Amino acid sequence: MRMRRVAVVGAGMTKFVRRALETADELSWQASKMALDSCGLTLADVDAVAFGTAPDTFDGVHMNGEYCAPGCGAYGKPFIRCYVGGGTGVMAVIHGWYHVASGLFDTCLVVCEEKMSSCQPHPQGAFLTIFDHTLERPLGPNLLWIFAMEMNAYMTRYGLNKRDIALVTVKNRANAKDHPCALLGEEITVEDVLNSEVMAWPVQRLDVSPISDGAVAIVLAAEHVAHRVTDKPVWIEGVGWSLETAYWTNRDLSYPLQVEQAARMAYQMAGITEPRKQIHIVEPYDPFDYKELHHLEGLLLADKGKAPEMTALGVTRRDGDLPVCPSGGLLGVGNPIAAAGLMKVAEIFWQLRGEAGRRQVPGNPKRGLAQAWGDLMQVGTVVILGVA
Amino acid sequence: MVEKIAIVGVGWYGFRSISPELSYKEIMYEAAVRAYADAGVDPRTDVDSFVTVAEDLNEGTSIFDEYVPDQLGAVLRPNVTIPGEGLHGLITAYMQLRTGEFDVVVVEGHSKASNILYPSHILAYAMDPIYNRPLRAHPYFIAGLEMQRYLYETGTTHEQCAQVVVKNKANALFNPLAAHPATLTLDDVLDSEPIAEPLTRLEIAPLADGCIVMVLASEDAARALTDRPIWILGVGWANGSYGLEHRDWVDVEYVRQAAQMAYRTAGIRYPRGTLDLVEVDDTFAYKELQHLEAMGLCGPGEAGRLTEDGTTSLEGDLPVNPSGGSLGCGHLLDASGLARALEIVLQLREEAGPRQLSDVHTGAALSWRGIPTTSAAMVILGNED
Amino acid sequence: MSERISSYPGTPLKERDFAEGKVLFQWWIPRAHYAWDAGVAIGRFLRELRAGRLVARRCPQCRRVLVPPRMVCEHCFCPTSEWVVLPGTGTVKTFSVCYVTWDMQPLDEPIVPAVIELDGAAPGGGIMHLLGEVRPEEVHIGLRVEAVFRPVEERTAAITDIRYFRPIGEVKR
Repeated sequence: MRMRRVAVVGAGMTKFVRRALETADELSWQASKMALDSCGLTLADVDAVAFGTAPDTFDGVHMNGEYCAPGCGAYGKPFIRCYVGGGTGVMAVIHGWYHVASGLFDTCLVVCEEKMSSCQPHPQGAFLTIFDHTLERPLGPNLLWIFAMEMNAYMTRYGLNKRDIALVTVKNRANAKDHPCALLGEEITVEDVLNSEVMAWPVQRLDVSPISDGAVAIVLAAEHVAHRVTDKPVWIEGVGWSLETAYWTNRDLSYPLQVEQAARMAYQMAGITEPRKQIHIVEPYDPFDYKELHHLEGLLLADKGKAPEMTALGVTRRDGDLPVCPSGGLLGVGNPIAAAGLMKVAEIFWQLRGEAGRRQVPGNPKRGLAQAWGDLMQVGTVVILGVA
Repeated sequence: MVEKIAIVGVGWYGFRSISPELSYKEIMYEAAVRAYADAGVDPRTDVDSFVTVAEDLNEGTSIFDEYVPDQLGAVLRPNVTIPGEGLHGLITAYMQLRTGEFDVVVVEGHSKASNILYPSHILAYAMDPIYNRPLRAHPYFIAGLEMQRYLYETGTTHEQCAQVVVKNKANALFNPLAAHPATLTLDDVLDSEPIAEPLTRLEIAPLADGCIVMVLASEDAARALTDRPIWILGVGWANGSYGLEHRDWVDVEYVRQAAQMAYRTAGIRYPRGTLDLVEVDDTFAYKELQHLEAMGLCGPGEAGRLTEDGTTSLEGDLPVNPSGGSLGCGHLLDASGLARALEIVLQLREEAGPRQLSDVHTGAALSWRGIPTTSAAMVILGNED
Repeated sequence: MSERISSYPGTPLKERDFAEGKVLFQWWIPRAHYAWDAGVAIGRFLRELRAGRLVARRCPQCRRVLVPPRMVCEHCFCPTSEWVVLPGTGTVKTFSVCYVTWDMQPLDEPIVPAVIELDGAAPGGGIMHLLGEVRPEEVHIGLRVEAVFRPVEERTAAITDIRYFRPIGEVKR
């Protein structure tokens, strides 16, 4: 195959906290330094930097990429930022992948950062401007509206109830107890979720992941370098991404078609014909509990409308047949938008190397998939990682 | 991996100081239709990936990426938005094609600067929030500081900077795309109001609206689509220090590094002898001179002399900004670099009409992301196989 | 993570730290104001709203009637060809009942945003708007609604020229 093989050889991340003392570029630096230290490389070994951060309106800096560039080690180096809303964390890996797969560079440092807390009085305010400036903003929309409407469409289409969905938050928060960087690792029950405050029906407080600050970084290397740096390179086997129409009010919100498109592209590149058998761990994007289910279906890992059943049967627990969000996901670890997606990729990296500590999925998993999503429920980004 | 990538189609809308008749979606559609017709592709079936260039604060919409696919024919296709310069977008498309996984990739960039009510406030919002913004100085002070030091250290004169304005706005008179052509004298420029001394108003590129779309293809696909592919011979890009406090105000090393990488990847050892024309960022007049020097096309302080003696004019040995640059065409925010590359493509295809240069085979386009950044990108294009 | 890593960076702050002056910060309120060119499609849509009508565009190839109107059909990538006036009625495709403001303060009265699939448009074609003259518990997917325009003198050629959509017929206060 004429494609140049690219591997993930190192990873690092900061804690995900509600409000960090560190500035955006300091968080970027902390994660970058950790990622380089983890594989014994220095800045001199980094050929290029690929960066991802979501709305500048959180950090309060226009061209936020330029502001964070020094923290990512981009001084004197080629630096390009990519940005697809919530899909950025996984897109950044794809972006880094083509830096190396193009043959222009042998290594690439991929960094994702988010400092949502700078936005006052509430980071959610930054989302007011994602709506169409003429047709939607004058109605005073709230980010919760679109999630609630998508959740409603999904639940109504398949006759689901909140009980089926709340299990995801319970699972992920419990998984997060074993993640050293997690914001909300705790034992909660389905009742806790069902009794939490209704914010925008059907969305309740415990259906939602916490707004957070944090950064994650991974190191990518071309094959010949990867083998020198580590004896356990984790290969990028497939990538896929897809963007749906901006006219979200014309779409069928009960199914994320663009996630399926992205998944198919990645499966084809990875030579995967039976994803349910060949993918051993999944980290789908879970900013809300129903999203994990919605995305499992879009990734073709569950039949339409059947992901809740799969969850109820325990299939998606860490010791189940298809562990989903063993990290604790966004619901448990936190949701610094772009960093959250990259956290999922880092999790697959650590899992496949057997380095996930108490979160380790048993049975020697060989292949994992990380997926992110965002924009006006439009973008799907997928990366498939594997070990020999 | 695929080594040879070409630009096979270009399209544009504008450039004009205002464009009230069409929304940003509609100008994107106009430019895209032209580019696809030029390339002979149907975006719904022939294009593998789309790269757009946009910054939220320039659009007035967060996650602007949401609003791009429909008018480019990119719905349910791979789309990525690069908050960077237009040339970073072009380079991203180039990298995607080089992986060998894609055959045709489209890149788009636009400016609706006329819709931004307080552009200087948006620029101020890009400055360091702790150290620089609280000074509440108009962001152009950064250009003033840099120009002051540049003139001092290199011996470049203010008149030489003014000559850049005269040259570029005169070139623009021959460019139907240009928004701000004019016949000016040196005195006109030097006597215009001081904005951030020594910078005067006419030395600052005025804003314009417009959109540029380019279609890129890997070698086999390119040869099937056109008999005039414009090959991307080399690319380079680099960032410098973000902090104003750590900068070298004269040696823009990030431009030097971008240029060196571009020459290296293109296998060019003697740039001045190889390049037939260059389009460089001239957001501020002195920048054209500083950039030419950093690109190694002449020594420090020489660019001013080359401008004075006509070397960089349309008739000269090394035409610089035959399009008129941003000073003449209008500054298209982050799409400016694509406008510079567009001129190189048109010149190399002998489609530049009254400003067509003769016997041109290799050209370079250099962009800078503007105040307060230290981010530059360069592409070298050629029409020979 | 690998066993080599023993601690993770990142220093969490509390509201107290700000109140007690333990943390320094800077304020900035951006002057990010824009006047967006509405263009051909939306320009006409807004003018028609002021005249009390909802309009859409038809694609000559796939024959879909598109709303919000656009000059290019995104499926066929060809220019849309004609304006179509819609009756102003529709069906609730999905909705929510929102009890909080965007900065998480409780609302006095819940707001009911919805996607309304408009009659006369392609299947699934609709816009987002608010529902009114209805109690939250009466709203369901499939509810038939009609646009309620503001009085002529209050219209400004904006989406808010429609005050809200209210149920047609069966549900009464």
